[in-house]
Amino acid sequence: MMNWHEFFAMGGYAFYVWSAYGVTFIVLLINFILPVLQRHRFFRQQVLKQKRQKS
Amino acid sequence: MASPPHFYAIVDRLMPWLIAIFVLLVLAGLYDGLFLAPADYQQGDSYRIIFIHVPSAWMSLFIYVVMALAGAIGLVWRIKLAEIVAISSAPVGASFTFIALLTGSLWGKPMWGTWWVWDARLTSELILLFLYLGVMGLYNAIDDKRAASRAVAILALVGVVNIPIIHYSVEWWSTLHQGPTVTKIDKPSIHISMLIPLLLMAVAFKFFYIIAMLQRAQTELLLREQNAQWVKAITGLGVDDELA
Repeated sequence: MMNWHEFFAMGGYAFYVWSAYGVTFIVLLINFILPVLQRHRFFRQQVLKQKRQKS
Repeated sequence: MASPPHFYAIVDRLMPWLIAIFVLLVLAGLYDGLFLAPADYQQGDSYRIIFIHVPSAWMSLFIYVVMALAGAIGLVWRIKLAEIVAISSAPVGASFTFIALLTGSLWGKPMWGTWWVWDARLTSELILLFLYLGVMGLYNAIDDKRAASRAVAILALVGVVNIPIIHYSVEWWSTLHQGPTVTKIDKPSIHISMLIPLLLMAVAFKFFYIIAMLQRAQTELLLREQNAQWVKAITGLGVDDELA
């Protein structure tokens, strides 16, 4: 088993390997969160609409 | 299954399981790919990018075919859910295409000495990204979503010609991009210790596609059916209306 320093160094390719993995998971995270946020916004709008209709 | 409220409820129930499976697969794939798999004798540790690059490239093609098929089903049988699956696939497919291009570039720089070449494989994959973006732009540009879905399906179907071009580009034209190592008919020319994390990540990404596509499909369904009784019931509107 290698040590942590060696692991993060990735045999000198740290920049390439970690930016590839980093950007990938950021893009996936955005894909997961965006529709959830959009749905919450929709629910909030529906509640506002309901309040407006009542008053 | 085909009725929107039923679909919405089933997705709600499946989602925690899908996410759990995805997280387990991705953790196993990362551990295997970044810790356990040995460094390549030629490329050192830089080759570890393949564990996201290759599955993303596979997904970019797979999702496109699913999107075109769902679009065709929506076009022929006018099934609303098929239309929604088609359009919900587009952003996820575009994301995987972007990841494939970007990670390829990050691998190409240290190995080929260049971020980008205009060869057949890279160019046809870039065209795939533009096809996805075109589908999304066209859908957003048309207000009537049923009409938008039909237009998008036709565009997606025309773009299908690009899929075999991408796949066979490394065989038809000479290129910097290496040929297939996993899907070769006789025997994959990749060592088992590298094949396992690759396949783990490939299955994980497939689950991610299902998760992200279904999340979008649910949201799209709510927006399209916002005046339907079942949506009002979910938002609590229907209940209060009856009381008032």
